Amino acid sequence: MLHQIVTMPNFKFLEDIAIADAAFEAYGDTLEELFETCALATFEVMVDTKHVKPEQKEEIQIKDLNLEDLLFDFISELVYLKDAQKVFFSKFDLKISKNEEYSLKGTIWGEKIDYKKQEVRRDVKAITYHMLEVKKIDSEWRAQVILDT
Amino acid sequence: MQVKKIEDYVWEIPVTEKEGMRVPARIIASEKIMKEMDQGVYNQITNVACLPGIQNYAYCMPDGHWGYGFPIGGVAAFDLKEGVISPGGIGFDINCGVRSVRTNLTLEELKPKLNELMDALYRLVPAGVGSTGFVKLNIERFKELMVKGVDWCIQNGYGWEEDRERIEQGGRIPGANPEKVSQKAISRGVDQLGTLGSGNHYLELQVAQTDRIFHPEAAKIFGIDRPNQIFVMIHCGSRGFGHQIATDYLRVFTEAMRKYNIKVLDKELACAPYNSPEGQDYYGAMVCAANSAFANRQVILHQVREAFSRVFHKDPKDLGMHIVYDVAHNIAKLEEHLVNGEKKKVLVHRKGATRSFGPGHPDVPAFYRPIGQPVIVGGSMETSSYLLVGGQRAMELTMGSTLHGSGRTMSREAAKRKVRGYELMKSMEERGIIVRAVSMPGLAEEAGIAYKNISEVVDAVDCAGISRKVIELRPVGNIKG
Repeated sequence: MLHQIVTMPNFKFLEDIAIADAAFEAYGDTLEELFETCALATFEVMVDTKHVKPEQKEEIQIKDLNLEDLLFDFISELVYLKDAQKVFFSKFDLKISKNEEYSLKGTIWGEKIDYKKQEVRRDVKAITYHMLEVKKIDSEWRAQVILDT
Repeated sequence: MQVKKIEDYVWEIPVTEKEGMRVPARIIASEKIMKEMDQGVYNQITNVACLPGIQNYAYCMPDGHWGYGFPIGGVAAFDLKEGVISPGGIGFDINCGVRSVRTNLTLEELKPKLNELMDALYRLVPAGVGSTGFVKLNIERFKELMVKGVDWCIQNGYGWEEDRERIEQGGRIPGANPEKVSQKAISRGVDQLGTLGSGNHYLELQVAQTDRIFHPEAAKIFGIDRPNQIFVMIHCGSRGFGHQIATDYLRVFTEAMRKYNIKVLDKELACAPYNSPEGQDYYGAMVCAANSAFANRQVILHQVREAFSRVFHKDPKDLGMHIVYDVAHNIAKLEEHLVNGEKKKVLVHRKGATRSFGPGHPDVPAFYRPIGQPVIVGGSMETSSYLLVGGQRAMELTMGSTLHGSGRTMSREAAKRKVRGYELMKSMEERGIIVRAVSMPGLAEEAGIAYKNISEVVDAVDCAGISRKVIELRPVGNIKG
């Protein structure tokens, strides 16, 4: 049986709520999928992630009391690693669990920033708390994120 | 929303407008700008008016637009005992600012070498995501730079002695505390000194429009002494170092608000009492970022002087490459202002707003004191920029503050749909503006159509008397990060 692989990015950029910056809405069936999509959307602001090879690996671990803070700290970590290691990330495999607090563990893959190989767009300075939202609507997880660029 | 006209160009939203407002909000704008003002500004500036310890008014400048927490163009001063400090009132790019530099060259002398000069500048001033500078710092030297700012650069051969006094607060703000800066901020910023960054940051070659001089005495003092004179403008900030400090303390303050029982209407207004351990730690770290941003623009100027020198085979001193001034437009400063008729030391937050001290102010260097502090207003890359001076009424009306740029009106995504980077570059070339851009989509996002009309916003502060127009500068070459 032939399988047709369709990759549909599960996010859309929003235009009306952040004139100077980048805003997006992301969706996921699971929390992990939602966070992975948010990570991809963040790098999509900076680069065409289709041309970022997943050849360099990094482990990530974050703990927080609520989901908004967890997403804030996760995206902040990615933005930090982009500058500190000069790497764009394009593949994410996360595990999120909850006991007394939320715990995110995972592996992320990317490639050194290279203007010759990649279509670089603009820098992301930080994730903001402005209108930051993570919530479950029916069976779907949804997040709204505004990045300072 | 109820908006009262106080006088021409000054509008007020009374405290009755929103529950919790401690002071009224004031917007400096013409009637036309008010009508077209982004609605988010009204909501955000009245949120700012609710913050503890705010003094006089929450202000918004005519280039104001929606920001996160504070609007861009927002100004708010706080009492040092009862008031707060807020990263959202400063911005993630701490001490993003503009520097203007004069030269002895004319457009006629530049033209035959314009392409060569643009290539040299593009090579010597790294731009874009992930770029690194030529100055190699270790942690110890970086910490020294955080404290000394531009003095560090001059001591290390990246500036002239005279540069110092031509920069807001000498390019070295007291109170820097490197021990309050995270390891992450250090590793993000340690190799970025002398880089432009991306987004709306640029390095621009401009022609001083001698037919557009509004204040001849100030123009003369700025060193405008020939027709079609070439100027250089540098617009950038503290890069990843400042972004990380802002991110770190936004988290610290989210927790601190619970501890101090402060409630805000928007999470991006997270704050802590200035006079608390958290508030003092952030202030010390923020000053480190501010000083490093002054140093960043200084090292970039060093490279710009080098590029001019190589292309014109002359010493930069013989090319008359003196700084006109350097202003911060994302910062909080300790300043003295009139509150209820009495002089008082307060913490003034300016986010997308510039200090604008008028004639005679003791903090303005002696050679500018008769005319007031130079104010630099960068336009979009397709339109003019302006040099102004602080106006006498700024102290009385806006706690010594004015606008910073033209202000966006269109989102980056919308701009990209309307304009293609390559076509924009060609069209700018036809209009005599040479472009070197790291990223074509990034270029399209900064198209002139995405911004307010700069002449209108500049006229508003001139008419309000908080700043005075000196001269218009037209772009001829733009390097965009």
